Amino acid sequence: MSAKEYRLTSALRGGLMFVRGVPGIGLGDRVSVRDPAGHRRDGQVIRTSEEMVLVQVFEGTDGLDLEQTWIRFLDQPFEVALSREMLGRVFNAVGEPLDDRPPVVSTLRRNVNGNPMNPAARTRPREFIQTGISAIDGLYSLVRGQKLPIFSGPGLPHNRLAAQIVRQARIIGAPGTFVVVFAAMGLSYADASFFQDDFERDGVLGNVVMYLNLASDPAIERLILPRTALTAAEYLAYDLGMHVMVILTDVTSYAEALREVAMARGDVPARKGYPGYLYSDLAEIFERAGRIRGRAGSITLMPVLSMPSDDITHPIPDLTGYITEGQIVLSRELYNQGIYPPVDILPSLSRLMKDGIGAGLTREDHSRVASQLYASYARAVEVRNLASIIGTDDLPDTDRRYLDFAGSMETRFVTQGENEERSIEDTLEVAWQLLSLLPPEELTRVRESDLAAHHVRTQTVLSP
Amino acid sequence: MSAAPGRIVEVNGPIVTVHLPQAALGEQVWVGNLALVGEVIGRDGERAIVQIYESTESLAPGQSAAPLGHPLAAELGPGLLGNIFDGLQRPLTEIMAQSGDRVARGLAIAPLDRGRRWNFTPTPGLQLGGAIAGGAVIGTVAETETVMHRILVPPDTGGELVELAPAGDYDVEQVIAQVRGHDGITRPLRLYHRWPVRRARPCAGRDRAAVPLVTGQRVLDTFFPLLKGGRAAVPGPFGAGKTMVQQQIARWADAGIMIYLGCGERGNELVEILETFPRLTDPHTGRSLMDRTLLVANTSNMPVVAREASIYMGVTLAEYYRDQGYDVVVVADSISRWAEALREVAGRLEQIPAEEGHPAYLASRLSAFYERAGQVRTLCGLPGSVSLIGAVSPPGGDFSEPVTSHTKDMVQVFWALSKELADARHYPAVDWTESYSGYVEAAAGWWADRVDSRWNTQRAEALSLLQKSDELARIVNLVGPEALSAAQRWVLEGAALIKEGLLQQSALDEVDSFCSPQRQFALLDLMLGIYRHGQELVDAGVPVQRLLQLPVLTRAKRAKTAYSNSQLEALGAFATEAGEAFRLLGQEYSGSERVAP
Repeated sequence: MSAKEYRLTSALRGGLMFVRGVPGIGLGDRVSVRDPAGHRRDGQVIRTSEEMVLVQVFEGTDGLDLEQTWIRFLDQPFEVALSREMLGRVFNAVGEPLDDRPPVVSTLRRNVNGNPMNPAARTRPREFIQTGISAIDGLYSLVRGQKLPIFSGPGLPHNRLAAQIVRQARIIGAPGTFVVVFAAMGLSYADASFFQDDFERDGVLGNVVMYLNLASDPAIERLILPRTALTAAEYLAYDLGMHVMVILTDVTSYAEALREVAMARGDVPARKGYPGYLYSDLAEIFERAGRIRGRAGSITLMPVLSMPSDDITHPIPDLTGYITEGQIVLSRELYNQGIYPPVDILPSLSRLMKDGIGAGLTREDHSRVASQLYASYARAVEVRNLASIIGTDDLPDTDRRYLDFAGSMETRFVTQGENEERSIEDTLEVAWQLLSLLPPEELTRVRESDLAAHHVRTQTVLSP
Repeated sequence: MSAAPGRIVEVNGPIVTVHLPQAALGEQVWVGNLALVGEVIGRDGERAIVQIYESTESLAPGQSAAPLGHPLAAELGPGLLGNIFDGLQRPLTEIMAQSGDRVARGLAIAPLDRGRRWNFTPTPGLQLGGAIAGGAVIGTVAETETVMHRILVPPDTGGELVELAPAGDYDVEQVIAQVRGHDGITRPLRLYHRWPVRRARPCAGRDRAAVPLVTGQRVLDTFFPLLKGGRAAVPGPFGAGKTMVQQQIARWADAGIMIYLGCGERGNELVEILETFPRLTDPHTGRSLMDRTLLVANTSNMPVVAREASIYMGVTLAEYYRDQGYDVVVVADSISRWAEALREVAGRLEQIPAEEGHPAYLASRLSAFYERAGQVRTLCGLPGSVSLIGAVSPPGGDFSEPVTSHTKDMVQVFWALSKELADARHYPAVDWTESYSGYVEAAAGWWADRVDSRWNTQRAEALSLLQKSDELARIVNLVGPEALSAAQRWVLEGAALIKEGLLQQSALDEVDSFCSPQRQFALLDLMLGIYRHGQELVDAGVPVQRLLQLPVLTRAKRAKTAYSNSQLEALGAFATEAGEAFRLLGQEYSGSERVAP
């Protein structure tokens, strides 16, 4: 560790320190700052020249001055210690314990940025994860190694849904379950303790690593937190062969922190003040999910983000959607009708679904059933819009059946209890009950043989 | 390294300022203790501004730097096909062998395998002492089962042939010929040569494109055709199926060579190609698809400067195979990510942004890139072409944003993907009102010669039916379907036949994933035939409800998956059967009183 400590700060602004006259400092190097009160803060070099070094201070620059603030350049990148002992622990953004227990001791330390994964080393995620939630399993199946975000809005039950997925996720016919890396950025205390209590009640706390940055904690820390958490996840997955589920919440707080620092640095803004590199920055994080050829473990990534003003075209959900392999969108309208989980059927999507379902994985007719449910619901929504203008009396009989179908989709298929776990067979069973509300000639996306096997022509199969 | 002439002055993300007099713009430079490579993009007095292709973490002012004396160049020779390269043409499988699952920094790996030997056959009739021009073929090598690799004299190296190796096995470094240039200097030729990626390779002349690129996708080939040597854009919001459309083209297009350029996109998508292509059969040659495919991959988590370079790398490789007389297709996913890389560098240089943070030179760079597509007469006399198909990812799905709007000025074919269609799982979600093709007239000749002379009129009729139906759908949304006349309701059904029976095409369906031009036309003819039969009956007073109940309608919509490319006769029989069903229904009503519609 470099012993030399400087007092050469020439300017302070929005979490950034400008240090003059220390040459030869490497980009990305870790620094240690001692504030006038004698407390230590962590920082990182984000720009360096012969004349000036720019440092981002994770705990923020409040309380620092130019006269009594000391800085030490550690001549090493940002690294975290890695060991199996991380499981069951709670850490802050830079990997220091928050649970009154000693720090993790290990000779293995890794750079939190890491080198990018070689695309040729990847292998395609294709094992179906049964979440026990019909909407997801039936229509947007999640596979091991996928990155599938939840797009939500303020006040919607994204945390409850994420917790339910973590609780219920399993691979059919395979023993063992997932270990969880939980990365909270700007989360409220109430939400953080909700997760903690949920893990505890479920008895899985020993399989969870938590990285916490709460709403009251410094914003700049949020920039390093997901990197620390994913470095841990990569170790658990690829070194120890575990299947890791990573929950990143809330990506919006992360992006806002990035914007804050970008503004302070004077970066050219692209859309809504976010820097032009927001896409690449988010991709660096999200692309760490996946599977590697010849390695036992996997990283399944579930980022949660709240869409500002429920706007899916806002840069954060927009860029996320371009990187991730689908999205689960929550709907305020459904939630206000008391529907849980309020999964918005039309805009949600899983890009890797086709690889994880079908004969031998889920069921042979799964992909056609999903496509048919989806197409019929899209048609039903059109009919519903029409009915809201002209009323239901003038609708042809088929259209009225579509209306029934739409209602049943929401109340029977999407709706389920927070502790209700449905097998994929149950989910497909409900799906066929719903499709049976429609005349078979309307169902052009399934095969004749599917209809013969599953379509129930009577229309009274559904209990109210 | 202490003797290196340069010294790092500043490190700002991927942009490094180096004290390095005499460095030329575009020249490659290595910097720092890891010898990371970059290229000079600006000079300011004695300083050079260098963009570095890899992460600059731990790079510090004071470390040394030196110029390499040449610009970023591609290695062109046998061994490219079937391979996956990064944006700098480093072979990713070889990187994996050297540095494991992750791409370590500072690796210098030759693109072409030095250990592999190729069976070289000199071009018959070449005379020692005779003149040989740049771009001429001096021999061939069987690169894969289907692709004959023509070994070219580098375009800038013509002269007198003074030595030519006999047929035999050679590695790429061995000298196979000597050419004495007009300057009197004798230059050795090998199985490969280098070419700077930012410079278009020369050709003897440009020709007008005339032959459609058959992709096997009905909405593309039949409705918005692209020609070999043409340029197309595939814009669409996320989730609209851009990647799927691009991959379908990469799979099924009748290209001699397919170059898939993964520029700033997901790693898993490239893996999908790597894992599926070797097992898929090219419907045009009957061989593995990987035999004619190469990948250039700079995924979203890889450094942005190499991403910026990757599209030039891809198009240079394409031009090289074009110069051997092949029809090459470049599928680039996505142009928007390339533009973002450009924007990021411009931002670091504190250049004044024009639109949405993009630099003012975005449009000129884009047009220079697209201009490298075309149908050409090559220097060796053969015709060849490069077709460019670029995905565009407009923020928020807004087509008025700078990258989409500038792209629109450059391309003749615009395959606009729509969120609404994707939400209704209408795939491929190509919007028939927003999309266009400037090649319809040129393609019509080919279709008339090869498939059916009625192609152009049938196509126009189907499109106008879709348009009429869209207008009627607006009325329905206001006042309900009961307000329509019987004829109008039949128009809606006709459009539904076109949409479900023709436009929708599942990439996952084994029968329908690739649709031959003959079957495309047969299906088009079937749907329009049914529509016309029904129209006659509606005019004759048959209630439209009776028509809508005919089982042949559902069967027609399923015909695309029921009859394969080799079952055209059965498809024809079904068309006859459908006609018969309408005739019988008509008979039921003929002679009886006309029923009010």
